[in-house]
Amino acid sequence: MLSGTNSDLRLQASRELPGLTKELKSDKSERMERVEHGTDLFDEMKQRFLSFKKHKYMQNLELYEKLAKDQAPKFMVIACADSRVCPSSILGFQPGEAFVVRNVANMVPPYENGPSETNAGLEFAVNSLKVENILVIGHSRCGGIRALMSMHDDVETSSLIGSWVSVGMNARVRMKAATKLLNFDQQCKHCEKESVNCSLVNLLTYPWVEEKVRNGELAIHGGYYDFVDCAFEKWTLDYKESNPNNKSGKVAVKDRAFWF
Amino acid sequence: MSSSSRHAGMGNLSLEGAIEGLKKLLIPNDKDEQFNKELETKIEKLISELLGTTPHDCHPVKRILGGFQSFKTNKFDMYPELFGELAEHQTPKFLVFACCDSRVSPSNILDFQPGEAFVFRNIANLVPTFNQLRYSGVGAAIEYAVVHLNVENILVIGHSRCGGIDRLMELPEDGSTDNDFIDDWVQIGLPAKAKVKAEFGHLPLDEQKRECEKEAVNLSLTNLQTYPYVRERMARKALALRGGYYDFVEGCFKVWEVKSIITAPIHS
Repeated sequence: MLSGTNSDLRLQASRELPGLTKELKSDKSERMERVEHGTDLFDEMKQRFLSFKKHKYMQNLELYEKLAKDQAPKFMVIACADSRVCPSSILGFQPGEAFVVRNVANMVPPYENGPSETNAGLEFAVNSLKVENILVIGHSRCGGIRALMSMHDDVETSSLIGSWVSVGMNARVRMKAATKLLNFDQQCKHCEKESVNCSLVNLLTYPWVEEKVRNGELAIHGGYYDFVDCAFEKWTLDYKESNPNNKSGKVAVKDRAFWF
Repeated sequence: MSSSSRHAGMGNLSLEGAIEGLKKLLIPNDKDEQFNKELETKIEKLISELLGTTPHDCHPVKRILGGFQSFKTNKFDMYPELFGELAEHQTPKFLVFACCDSRVSPSNILDFQPGEAFVFRNIANLVPTFNQLRYSGVGAAIEYAVVHLNVENILVIGHSRCGGIDRLMELPEDGSTDNDFIDDWVQIGLPAKAKVKAEFGHLPLDEQKRECEKEAVNLSLTNLQTYPYVRERMARKALALRGGYYDFVEGCFKVWEVKSIITAPIHS
């Protein structure tokens, strides 16, 4: 996959943007060596923390002292754990601005599924921190969505990935029906976006979320980050036009924006 | 358009006229999709500004738009080879568990760049024991990162003034709860709480909480080893586990390792 010239360029790129990504072709003993000692890795990490402390923390002491006492983020963000889609990186969230849940394929299970780490975070953000916005961000080439789209219909999966991503099954069912003529990659892309909408609908199954949305205290947004073309789409749930009791799970949206 | 001019009624006729006029411009133009999208975005923004649509909607949106534009200009467009490769696949060296707390994003404090760390964020950065029926969310992340992405390191980062650990330490003894999901989640940390109570029960509650923030990291590191694929890779030295603690009151960061030692035979 890497030609001679490409690896030179990659090395140059990684020198400018220090890389903690694995060398693709390292052998087993090299890996063991890296893992066993890891000193280079953690030296790098130490430098980065000290740089953060010097250039950000110490330069904004008043802000950090205030934050140390309390956090009052305006956003709750639900994003994928994928290494390429950190909301702080792509949307520039600074300390204190966004309470961030990250899981596989940025899914929000419905209320009736019972306790999970995602809805514990949701409850804390909405009821304790009283965030004003929830933003669910999907993204391109999502491995979790690919796994969802690849699952066999009738086979119960023993993998934890399968158990988790089946939260998005409604999105898959709708997409498979609507995108029969598209290839698998294109179907996955549609499912990535549809799954965000599925999560928005699931958010409304939480009574304390629905109440705040109804009262105008909380706005729910969907987002989609395409890291192939570097574009970001954003839309807002239009609660008044949506019918929460509608079992079809469709949402009305407004304020659609497309940034590229 | 300020709200006072709207209330005065003077601008209302021209406001409605302006909005209607703008709406007419939102006619699809088949010839140039990109131009269309750009124009559409600008017009919709203008309309919503004129309407004074939900004030709390505008500022947050501006905020993230600014953030995205900055990322695109200063990172994405500056490193096309790197981002071109990342678009094809990710090969992060790290799986990171961090808290959802708005003050402790690993990208901010440890400057993780795109592609470097697969990051799972939950309340109090807890990792429950391996359980195929419950906690599939955490399990899915570990399975994906360890088995499919083949990460070499897992780092669990705790932090100061953690709301989740606060709640854990203040959980009612009688098991009663006033919330739907938070208590169910934080009670994963009960073994850490018990250890802290046993060793540090003589300290003020605040200090016990600080100890529990670190002890919960150790508990998560222990629980990670109940996942078969984690255990297997640790045994052949293909995976290392470490704990971290970010203290944003003092401005410091600690890291420690998980090591297992098999001693030489002990003679009687």
